[in-house]
Amino acid sequence: MRQHLDLLSAVLRRMFASRVGGLLNILVIGIALSLPAGMYVLLKNAQGLVEQLSGTPQISLFLALNAQESDIAELHSRLEANEAIARVEFVARDRALEQLKQSTGLTDVIGSLEKNPLPDAFIVSPKQAEPQALDALRDELALLPRVEQAQLDSAWAYKLEALLRFGRLAVLILASLLSLALVAVTFNTIRLQILTQRDEIEVSRLIGATDGFIRRPFLYFGALQGLFGGIAAWAIVTGSLMLLNRPLGELSQLYASQFVLQPLNPGDSMSLLLFSLYLGWLGAWLSVARHLSQVEPH
Amino acid sequence: MISFNQVNKRYPGGYEALKNVSFDIAEGEMVFVSGHSGAGKSTLLKLVAGIERPNSGSVLVNNQNVGALKGAALPYLRRNLGIIFQDHKLLFDRSVFDNVLLPLQICGFDHRESAKRVRAALDKVGLLKREKANPIALSGGEQQRLCIARAIVNRPAILLADEPTGNLDTEYAHEIMDIFRSFHQVGVTLLLSTHDESVLQDGAVRRLALKQGELQ
Repeated sequence: MRQHLDLLSAVLRRMFASRVGGLLNILVIGIALSLPAGMYVLLKNAQGLVEQLSGTPQISLFLALNAQESDIAELHSRLEANEAIARVEFVARDRALEQLKQSTGLTDVIGSLEKNPLPDAFIVSPKQAEPQALDALRDELALLPRVEQAQLDSAWAYKLEALLRFGRLAVLILASLLSLALVAVTFNTIRLQILTQRDEIEVSRLIGATDGFIRRPFLYFGALQGLFGGIAAWAIVTGSLMLLNRPLGELSQLYASQFVLQPLNPGDSMSLLLFSLYLGWLGAWLSVARHLSQVEPH
Repeated sequence: MISFNQVNKRYPGGYEALKNVSFDIAEGEMVFVSGHSGAGKSTLLKLVAGIERPNSGSVLVNNQNVGALKGAALPYLRRNLGIIFQDHKLLFDRSVFDNVLLPLQICGFDHRESAKRVRAALDKVGLLKREKANPIALSGGEQQRLCIARAIVNRPAILLADEPTGNLDTEYAHEIMDIFRSFHQVGVTLLLSTHDESVLQDGAVRRLALKQGELQ
């Protein structure tokens, strides 16, 4: 344990021996990782917004204005018998009007109407939430007698969801490419280190160092550099969100809502750090495997 | 302790460095390998340390067949050897103290014990006062002694030295030889190569004379 701590401190000293060089490497890694991490945060926020707005999908069935009570009762029982439907709620036209008055404040306008223009309606909650299933159910319900119109409330949310899926794929591709860049940066850093420490490696081999002993400082270096890069990326993302949240708050107030961007949660933050640490380690490992065998004692 | 049995070593390109070499060195012996440059002295030492492998024949060190050792086992063989290199192989990016410390770090000694051993080794070769210096600031003779300190800090049972007096004037050479004799007196097995006949003259020592790869 003591040995590993000593090695860590030696590696840290080496990393910051040239202060600018060490920091630049970390900054490069940090910026590269902050792009996908930042996009991921924005996507996650957008997704939260969608879920908040759409809730569970519902289908509204508007009945013909001349529908009789017997028609309604028959329709109600048919809907309740439908296997694909979880819950059915009947909204009588009078109640709908009342709700409209309360929620919009248009009491005067509505009061001036000679008769209620609203139809009776059923609000149907389907069991399944997949877009295809919902579309099929809506089409089926639209054909029922006395149903004038069947409307899927959350169609727009599904379009947004599809857009988010596209976004997630873009983030994934970006993250893969930039991870590759991180591995390449570490690979090259370690390659240069092995070259400059040729003598030390050769002497160590000659006086009984195992391959593990020789590899360890380079692996530690790569992993630590990756970790610091991850911390830099985390700081960049968190700082940017804080900067963005103030003008966003003002903007959302204009729309009478209180939307703030949520920062990376602890789980995601931890994943980011572990992932960057692992990538740094991987780059170092590949480099060591490739270059150490070239330093053979003579 | 060290035993060569019909050892042949041919380098890529066909150069035959050792031809059918056989000898035994008992524990605690001090033996010189002499011969002109190119006679195969360095190759012989490299075979003992597992830096080169024989093409045929066997090299036994501590009853281990060095030529057949797996790569992963080599480090543990080398930890039992102290090697003094012809070109010193000192590290100029660290102090005298840290150069001697390296073998102990490799073996995983703890700090306090390491520091004690390093100072004892430096004291033995008369470099205790220079522990903070960079090896590049040392004279040729001092660098040679530093190399000896690094080889003995691990208290190896066998000491190998390739031309330890090679580039030194006579006075320094005798100093170095006195150091080796003191190790001999405490029971260390020594195998030294030299082309310098003068160091062989004082005292009775066993000598393996090589000529163009063959033992005379």
